[in-house]
Amino acid sequence: MSNVISNYIDAVRDREHVFDAVAPQINPNLDVRKGCILYMEDVSVSFDGFKAINNLNLYIDEGELRCIIGPNGAGKTTMMDIITGKTTPDTGTVYFGQKINLLQMSEPEIAQAGIGRKFQKPTVFEDQSVFANLELSMACDKRVLQTLFAKLSAEQLQHIEETLELVGLKDQRFLRAGALSHGQKQWLEIGMLIMQRPQLLLVDEPVAGMTHQEMDRTAELLISLEGRHSVVVVEHDMDFVRSIARKVTVLHQGSVLAEGSMDDVQNNARVKEVYLGE
Amino acid sequence: MSTSTMNPVFDKQTNVFLSVLSVISVLVIACNQLFPADSALHIPTYTVTLLGKYLCYALLAVAIDLIWGYMGILSLGHGAFFALGGYAMGMYLMRQIGERGVYGDPLLPDFMVFLNWSELPWFWHGFDMFWFAALMVVLVPGVLAFVFGWLTFRSRVTGVYLSIITQALTYALMLAFYRNEMGFGGNNGLTDFKDLLGFDLQSDATRLWLFLLSAIALGLGYIACRFIVASKLGRVSLAIRDAESRTRFIGYKVENVKLWVFTFSAMLAGIAGALYVPQVGIINPNEFSPLNSIEMVVWVALGGRATLYGAVVGAIVVNYAKTYFTGALPEVWLFALGGLFVVTTIFLPKGIAGLLKKKEARA
Repeated sequence: MSNVISNYIDAVRDREHVFDAVAPQINPNLDVRKGCILYMEDVSVSFDGFKAINNLNLYIDEGELRCIIGPNGAGKTTMMDIITGKTTPDTGTVYFGQKINLLQMSEPEIAQAGIGRKFQKPTVFEDQSVFANLELSMACDKRVLQTLFAKLSAEQLQHIEETLELVGLKDQRFLRAGALSHGQKQWLEIGMLIMQRPQLLLVDEPVAGMTHQEMDRTAELLISLEGRHSVVVVEHDMDFVRSIARKVTVLHQGSVLAEGSMDDVQNNARVKEVYLGE
Repeated sequence: MSTSTMNPVFDKQTNVFLSVLSVISVLVIACNQLFPADSALHIPTYTVTLLGKYLCYALLAVAIDLIWGYMGILSLGHGAFFALGGYAMGMYLMRQIGERGVYGDPLLPDFMVFLNWSELPWFWHGFDMFWFAALMVVLVPGVLAFVFGWLTFRSRVTGVYLSIITQALTYALMLAFYRNEMGFGGNNGLTDFKDLLGFDLQSDATRLWLFLLSAIALGLGYIACRFIVASKLGRVSLAIRDAESRTRFIGYKVENVKLWVFTFSAMLAGIAGALYVPQVGIINPNEFSPLNSIEMVVWVALGGRATLYGAVVGAIVVNYAKTYFTGALPEVWLFALGGLFVVTTIFLPKGIAGLLKKKEARA
């Protein structure tokens, strides 16, 4: 195990080596000339009268690693549901870059446009091998006939190998994904996210249920993605947020309460009041 | 390295299955032809036809396993596609009767003369040509499955709701086909067939050929399904079965995948029906009965879901039992079927195939 970890850390620290698989595939329609990859403006959604999201405004810069925190029910997961097309908001606009209107697209279209999502509860395809999980998520032509006759090219195989190495599951490639430990499933899911080569990664509670050692690895992994991808992390664990955060957004009752560096946010009186409970 | 993704179409199970199917088919025909009728090894033509019927059911079971075992769509209405294929073949066979019918009308089938119809309904045209009928055998079930699937999968109807709608579909078709006004022979259906492509359906040679064709159709259908299952599309299907919404979030249009595989499965069911009808000599609306479709699902469950050969084994075992019980103890059959299903669900959740796998793993 320690061998695996040190291999993995070497792989991540090897800054000279640029893994091709990790570089996002640039969507030709994505226009980020203003330096902003995601716009959410005046978004509201209510379920049976309960306002889950209330006039939310959120902007994510290109290449940014953003942490989103907030108490339970603050609307973090609903926000991700809106971005990925699972939930349609009542009002507001959501744009990916300047040109791509996410509200007019279905979940698979949004995924193919370059937004990847990792779920709160790790959801991998348990009955299939680790390798097959990565293969399925791989960015490629996902239409029916093309999938029926799909063959792995040498380049694609290379991408899968690199991703296996990056998430430290090289030795488990033939294992059924359902047989992985909880932490390994989380990494596999991050690997699946990387295989999609998205420009924007939405990561929901990546370290829930992880040991401290696993948490450190995950932090390194996410930080290594910064710059080439824009990453939005929703997390409860404050230590973890502190270890990776550049900029933090605090959600409360469906809208932004505060935004800034971790220190700014922690010293914000209103944040203390509603979230840190002081 | 790439062995990790290598999932060959002709894996060990497939090869074993195809070998067993070929050997048995050849043996059955040889036993029928080579041994005199009084020999213990002689297989009468009646039995050959019965086996041919089982093979059609087996093909149907493979079609159901493809969508249920591998993609999680529990269709309780696959009998409808089977029956539609059967009706398309039946219409061709009816048109072949010609003047040899009871009423001797060169154009109209007997039941239309009986109903005092003066001309052939528009949808009966073309069925005097075999190629047209053969096309309809796959096209009619295919189009119905496509339209049905397009409406339901797009609205994200899944699970038990979808199963109920498929039941309703086959039930509605049954009621429609029972009506004389539909022009499909009402509750009597289509029967009294004479010949197929000029070959007498009562002759032993034709019956052997039909048996052989059923075996070939089963083999090819099996290979086609195996090709899908072994492809990346097969892995996407499994992903849909196990975590449908997750599959959407990695960029697959789940509706489209379901739609095409479902349509393909319905076409296979249609072919099975078309081979079934000339062997049993009749097709009537009872084939649409919801109970039939449920029974088909029991074959697959008993044989073992998500193993194509399991579906074949299940179809043959249950139908053999049915033939035996309905002959020996007719009143017991439905209890036996129900009991079989209960036993399978409780003790054999993975069916006969699961039992075999367990044995293999232990050995």
